[in-house]
Amino acid sequence: MLNLAQATYDAIVAHAKRDHPDEACGVVAGPEGSDRAERVIEMVNAAGSPTFYEFDSGDLLRLYREMDDNDEEPVVIYHSHTATEAYPSRTDIGLASEPNAHYVLVSTRDCFDSEGGNNEGPVEFRSYRIIDGEVIEEEVNVVEQLPPPDPAQSDPARSSL
Amino acid sequence: MAIEVRIPTILRTFTDGAKAVDAQGASLSALIEDLEGNHPGLKDRLIEDGDLRRFINVYINDEDVRFIGGLEAELSDGDQVVVLPAVAGGAA
Repeated sequence: MLNLAQATYDAIVAHAKRDHPDEACGVVAGPEGSDRAERVIEMVNAAGSPTFYEFDSGDLLRLYREMDDNDEEPVVIYHSHTATEAYPSRTDIGLASEPNAHYVLVSTRDCFDSEGGNNEGPVEFRSYRIIDGEVIEEEVNVVEQLPPPDPAQSDPARSSL
Repeated sequence: MAIEVRIPTILRTFTDGAKAVDAQGASLSALIEDLEGNHPGLKDRLIEDGDLRRFINVYINDEDVRFIGGLEAELSDGDQVVVLPAVAGGAA
């Protein structure tokens, strides 16, 4: 199951709608091993395409360095499909390379009319694990705020400040 | 003579879980041959038909090797090499 704060969910949906009809992409980073999706990082789709996304290689290196420096990992990797359902394509499955990540797919196909106007239709928002070519869908649980981190994993010297 | 190579999560099955390993070589292709000697199977995940795989990024001192000679990119002692799979996909 993927637990997401409402604000994180809203940020991903807003990004997908803003970039429509191109695919939007990004990550939600969180402390290593915590499975907490805390920090939304919108990435530029270097492919600038309605049917493909790719992080720019320089952006990718900076992102991973930054997460490494913060002891973070990509808890969620998200992207949008703008004309098809929010289910991993063969390309998505073949290129998935983070076995620990939740792969979130958002479909904006019902949010816009044929002229590109916003018709307030629903956004499809689904999450998957993609490991060794196998796709397992999981529940998305949106909460107002993520519960506080497990105290066993937090730094006691900091928590009193 | 050692060059640190950062290994992404998905390839750590080849390095007994190590996030970084030392290797040597005067070029990227020589470095990959050296890596293969100590971590069999790794080369095939980096190279296809004699070239770097399209969706594998390799950086030498923060430069994408595609801009500095690809597999022929030169290496010297103390350089840092980072391997990162592309984050990519899409409906097509």
